[in-house]
Amino acid sequence: MNWDLWKRQAAAILRIEWKKSFFARRAWWIYFLALGPVAITLGHSLHEMSRRVSNCIIGEDSQMYAGIFHMFYLRLGIYFGCVGIFSNLFRSEVLERTLHYYFLAPVRREVVVAGKYLAGLAASTFFFAGGAALSFIFISMHFGQAYQDYILRGPGLEQLVGYVVTAVLACAGYGALFMGAGMLFRNPMIPAAVMMVWEGINGFLPPLLKKISIIFYLQSIAPVQLPVEPGEPGSLLVVPADPAPVWLAVPGLLAVVLAMLALAARQARRLQISYTE
Amino acid sequence: MSADRIVFDNVSRFYGDVLGVNRVHLSIPSGVTSLVGPNGSGKTTVMNLMTGLIRPTRGSIRVLGLATDNPEALFQKVGYCTQFDSFPKGMTGYQFVYSFLRVYGEDHATADRLTWQALERVGMTEAAHRKVGAFSKGMRQRIKLAQAICHEPQVLVLDEPLNGLDPMARAETIALFRQWAGEGRHVIVSSHILHEVDRISDQVILLSHGYVVAEGQIQGVRREVTDQPIQILVRCNKPAVVASRLFGQDSMVEAKIQDDGRGLLVRTRDAASLYLLLNRVVLDDGVDIEAVAPADEDVNSVYQYLIGSQGGAA
Repeated sequence: MNWDLWKRQAAAILRIEWKKSFFARRAWWIYFLALGPVAITLGHSLHEMSRRVSNCIIGEDSQMYAGIFHMFYLRLGIYFGCVGIFSNLFRSEVLERTLHYYFLAPVRREVVVAGKYLAGLAASTFFFAGGAALSFIFISMHFGQAYQDYILRGPGLEQLVGYVVTAVLACAGYGALFMGAGMLFRNPMIPAAVMMVWEGINGFLPPLLKKISIIFYLQSIAPVQLPVEPGEPGSLLVVPADPAPVWLAVPGLLAVVLAMLALAARQARRLQISYTE
Repeated sequence: MSADRIVFDNVSRFYGDVLGVNRVHLSIPSGVTSLVGPNGSGKTTVMNLMTGLIRPTRGSIRVLGLATDNPEALFQKVGYCTQFDSFPKGMTGYQFVYSFLRVYGEDHATADRLTWQALERVGMTEAAHRKVGAFSKGMRQRIKLAQAICHEPQVLVLDEPLNGLDPMARAETIALFRQWAGEGRHVIVSSHILHEVDRISDQVILLSHGYVVAEGQIQGVRREVTDQPIQILVRCNKPAVVASRLFGQDSMVEAKIQDDGRGLLVRTRDAASLYLLLNRVVLDDGVDIEAVAPADEDVNSVYQYLIGSQGGAA
């Protein structure tokens, strides 16, 4: 076990890959997904600031943000962002025929998987955890000193950290899932669509099957739940009926990540590159 | 024995129903070995098998005793300059080699030193900081070569390495191959340019339709092609006299007097009898023989004999 060498090699791959993940020309829609809510929440605050009398209260904004986070970031933004970033980590190199660059070096395929995954995770975390944090700050910025107090002396900071951690874990979970899918399927949109349905019906599934998903753990970790009572329309989409405690949800999610990375590594070891004459 | 050779043991590789190579047995010693064959004959498949980029459908391969499915150990000793002309986006020539060495596990200082050393060897120091995407075909070829040699491999596998190089760069590259072979390394080259293969090779492997049709030193391979008469050039002052005496032999196929009237090209099925006869001609007819040399102990001729009629243009 040469961990020191593997760390150096993974770091070298990460240095090459992060630029691709951050500045890919085809990734404009990922920036849009990540930064859309930032623009909306900033617009909301600027609009409220321009009004003489505001009807908003911080609690309402906090609930509104919870809605954005659960319904947009978790179910759409991070999900599709990870499809775009992670499923292309190997797929795009196969299409552009550049994967041999790594496969001709004395590096374990598992290390290549780790390096690429970390690059994808860095990019997705930057965009989506960053976007979620900025949206959280912007949404009630118009309250001025009161919101500062809410963050620094009230529950705000804990919520902010909770959202960021949830977003990072979402990137880690969906990232591992879609990196594996990108290596197993020619068209990653097929597993993405199947998984979306599976994650979408999670609330309707029996307790055991619920645990075989990522959204189940993420909803359990998120600091503020949506103000939807169980039984109301749409509640099954956003409220875990039997939420896992955080001490179980985080390791559970990390276990899913490790399982998917192991699958991706196994697939990488089997990958062959054929150059036609 | 196999720890210093590249060994293919009954290797076959199929792409679905399509044959890549079939029943290949090879034991390649150090020195320059050229893979020769027409397009689709299996040269690149052999190279990709050798470097573990693809796995054999049947059989086994050992490179200096190493299994090809263990890249971590294999590429400590192997460098591969692929024919494939694609590069990671946005990299400069320097970054292309340097990043590869970092992935290799080298620290910054070592990677930097080895990068400049490799770039210097292929004459690319001046273009080092230009983007690979803006390189000419020849420069791309050279930067790939730099990547393949930067870690001083024991086995260098080069798929069409002379493609796109200008004559000066070709000569320098060939000298580099010879130097590497002289140091006891394995240099495996595929090339379409047969006269250059002749100049650089210690041994050749001829491939056709996925099969190895011949392997070994070119003279040995030529001697095994017994169904083709041997061509011998005789330079002398009385070629007509020599020709008339030669036609007394049953084994003689053809004798062609050269345009300058100072020699003749002989095709015979029995070289030994020809040499004996030439001795008698010298004594009996007072012919001055300037030189006697085989005229078809080269890759081009062997290629034409073994593959030319079925393989198309090389």
